[in-house]
Amino acid sequence: MLQVAGLSAYYGRAHILDDVALDVGGGEVVVLLGRNGAGKSTTMKAIMGLVPPSAGNVRFAGAEIGGREPFEIARLGLGYVPEERRIFTGLSVMENLEVGRRPATAGLRPWTPERLFALFPSLGAMRDRPGGRMSGGEQQMLTIARTLMGNPRLILLDEPSEGLAPVVIERMAEAIRALKAEGLSILLSEQNLHFAQLVSDRATIIEKGRIRWSGSIAELLAADEVREQYLSV
Amino acid sequence: MENLVLQALSGLASASSLFLVASGLTVIFGVSRVVNFAHGSFYMLGAYLAYTLVTQLPRGHLGFWGGVVGAALLVGLIGLAVEVLLLRRIYRAPELFQLLATFGVVLIVQELTQMVWGAQDLLGPRAPGLRGSTEILGLRFPLYELFLIGVGPVVLGLLLLLFHRTRWGTLVRAATQDREMVGALGVNQRMLFTSIFFLGSLLAGLGGALQLPRESVNLHMDLSIITEAFVVVVVGGLGSLTGAALAALLIGEMHAFGILIAPKITLVLVFLVMALVLVVRPHGLLGKPEAAARGGQGSAEPMIGPAPGPLRWLALTALGLAVVVPPFLGDYALSVLTELATAVLFAASLHLIMGPGGMASFGHAAYFGLGAYGAALAAQWLGAPMLVGLALAPLAAGVFGLVFGYFCVRLSGVYAAMLTLAFAQIAWSVAFQWVEVTGGDNGILGVWPDAWAAPKLVFYYLALALCLGATLLLRRVVHAPFGYALRAQRDSALRAEAIGINAFRIRWLGFALAAAAAGIAGGLFAYGKGSVFPTFMGIPRSVDALLMVLLGGVQTLSGPIIGALAFTGLQEQLVRLTDLWRLILGAVIVALVLFFPQGLAGAARARWEARHGDA
Ligand SMILES: Nc1ncnc2c1ncn2[C@@H]1O[C@H](COP(=O)(O)OP(=O)(O)OP(=O)(O)O)[C@@H](O)[C@H]1O
Ligand SMILES: [Mg+2]
Repeated sequence: MLQVAGLSAYYGRAHILDDVALDVGGGEVVVLLGRNGAGKSTTMKAIMGLVPPSAGNVRFAGAEIGGREPFEIARLGLGYVPEERRIFTGLSVMENLEVGRRPATAGLRPWTPERLFALFPSLGAMRDRPGGRMSGGEQQMLTIARTLMGNPRLILLDEPSEGLAPVVIERMAEAIRALKAEGLSILLSEQNLHFAQLVSDRATIIEKGRIRWSGSIAELLAADEVREQYLSV
Repeated sequence: MENLVLQALSGLASASSLFLVASGLTVIFGVSRVVNFAHGSFYMLGAYLAYTLVTQLPRGHLGFWGGVVGAALLVGLIGLAVEVLLLRRIYRAPELFQLLATFGVVLIVQELTQMVWGAQDLLGPRAPGLRGSTEILGLRFPLYELFLIGVGPVVLGLLLLLFHRTRWGTLVRAATQDREMVGALGVNQRMLFTSIFFLGSLLAGLGGALQLPRESVNLHMDLSIITEAFVVVVVGGLGSLTGAALAALLIGEMHAFGILIAPKITLVLVFLVMALVLVVRPHGLLGKPEAAARGGQGSAEPMIGPAPGPLRWLALTALGLAVVVPPFLGDYALSVLTELATAVLFAASLHLIMGPGGMASFGHAAYFGLGAYGAALAAQWLGAPMLVGLALAPLAAGVFGLVFGYFCVRLSGVYAAMLTLAFAQIAWSVAFQWVEVTGGDNGILGVWPDAWAAPKLVFYYLALALCLGATLLLRRVVHAPFGYALRAQRDSALRAEAIGINAFRIRWLGFALAAAAAGIAGGLFAYGKGSVFPTFMGIPRSVDALLMVLLGGVQTLSGPIIGALAFTGLQEQLVRLTDLWRLILGAVIVALVLFFPQGLAGAARARWEARHGDA
């Protein structure tokens, strides 16, 4: 579904990503693991076209998307859920969803606000509340719901567990498993290995802008030295 | 009592008209973050196009209202074309560049309008069915004014519906907050921007077209409405529709009652209110703090280094020529050279604020003019000799720089630029309206140098020495500890405070110092011309200074000097060679912003570095 090869990106003169490669198959959940500043968010932004890649290929659903504009990439069915959530604070929950709305995608059940409220029940109780007056956890759910309204085939989910209470994290994991069951592919970025192993099929580890390790979750759990080297703090 | 009610009503009618224009400006700013100077030109075009349509179409309701609506639509299309051809390419450019580019459009539209409709004022027909007046509290009140009072709220209501009840409106409000995110959700921002420009320009055109029965159509409509619209938009809070409505009400009523109470200072009053509001509420009545401008990518400012070798030789050669050649020149050439010298200092002083200071000023002409008026008033009323006048010039400008700067340097970005503009307009209004002291529009004449400096050559050398001296002093300041502090607070106010720099005081002093230096230039300019006029403080002269600095490039010290020489030379030639100088100047500005966003010196430097490897 998504193949990234040789991806390189800069912020000004700082070389942030170097030869990043990863792929996500149809219906698969892959987690991108790494410490703070490893380059997880930048990888996602580069895939989405928000940071222009300086080299490399990004193929999505059979089409080359490297160098295209974000709105074109989104229209091909790639959804992006930013780490900072970036809710439209002046808009209500329903209006936030409206901004994300796009036509249905063939082969996937189209998302409606009602279906999303079934997935995230707390949102349904605050349809007219401005985004600026929601808790961090509620905002996190809204930002995912907003992206789902675009009926994407694959979503880039940047650290959804960040700053959430353990109970909320459990619920978030359930929601992600439900999305996977719908047939959605997900590239997840995480530092929280516990959360990642609840939902992911495979893992890729990034460190200082380079991919250091790839394998299944089971392999990662078995490889103590890998976790020790790249993930422990 | 009845009189007051009628006055209030006519204030409402003005408020309505003002709101139409300001609403367009504010929605455009909200989404695109472009402060569109050309908005006033669209208003003017609306009036002219309505004039033509209404007089050409058959008389009657259909002809009149069809003409008004048609004019508004046409202006909307013109705005759309400007967005597609020009603004779309510069959304990532620094704010002042965008402002400048739209000012280029102002010049172009002025010239084209004059070519098409001529320079004389045009009087349009009155609105069919609304020609007469009605009786309110026993006094007569024009029906058309009553109609206008209704238009404002209706348009506000329609706009609110549009923004809150349609998908397009929701997208626009979302983009006002975070346009990059809107793009990542699959929305084509380009369509959004183009459509918002269409709508905003249409509103400006409608505002202009509806003035047809009220006042004559003329070539000054653009700048007079744009300054008022800026005031309304800034007082209301940039991007806020309801804020604009409130502010339009405030300003409209203030005009109406100001004329009753103090007809002499109505202009001053308006800008005073704006200054006051900004001091108390730095983001306007209903504005929100500017979100950390998402979507635009600012690049780190390069350090100012010493000029490369060849440039130094070039400068020395130019200086040598400036000293050696003049004795062989005629009086006219000497006047031009004197003007060039003052332009260099004027530009260098603004550069101190913008480059190392990192502040925006859209009213630097105020200090140039204050210097000129300081010298001229001393000569006129005190009979002061020239040297005293020249000493008073920087003093006057510097003192006002301290006073105005105290408020301006607290703000940032567009709000700071607008506050400097407001203060400059206050200074201008005083010079314009306080006829007894300043001579008003007629200016002060007979400000000639003392006998010893009367020969053009002597005065030229005096001007050269003073301007060069002051410019070099400013250069030294940039490399002195004060200059480092100035740059430190520009790059990060927080970090500067952390190492013990009082950012506010440094900015304030920098602002006042630049004002004083501009005052020297103004004083010399006054004695060189023999007269001063309110235009010395007008918006066009502030724009001149900005052009010189931006032409040269903000991040090089030689920039303002090269820019001043290039600009003054260009303007001199254009005015002499062609009647169409505004058209050409406007086109040059637009082209420069499009092709040399780093300025001339910046572009030259980039080429130099490319050829000789990274320095
Ligand atoms: N806008 C930016 N400008 C310059 N450098 C940046 C910018 N954003 C991130 N960086 C740098 O790029 C590197 C990678 O950042 P990135 O945000 O991709 O890390 P991350 O893995 O997502 O970290 P975190 O877990 O903290 O979110 C970091 O060194 C960071 O300092
Ligand atoms: Mg991150």
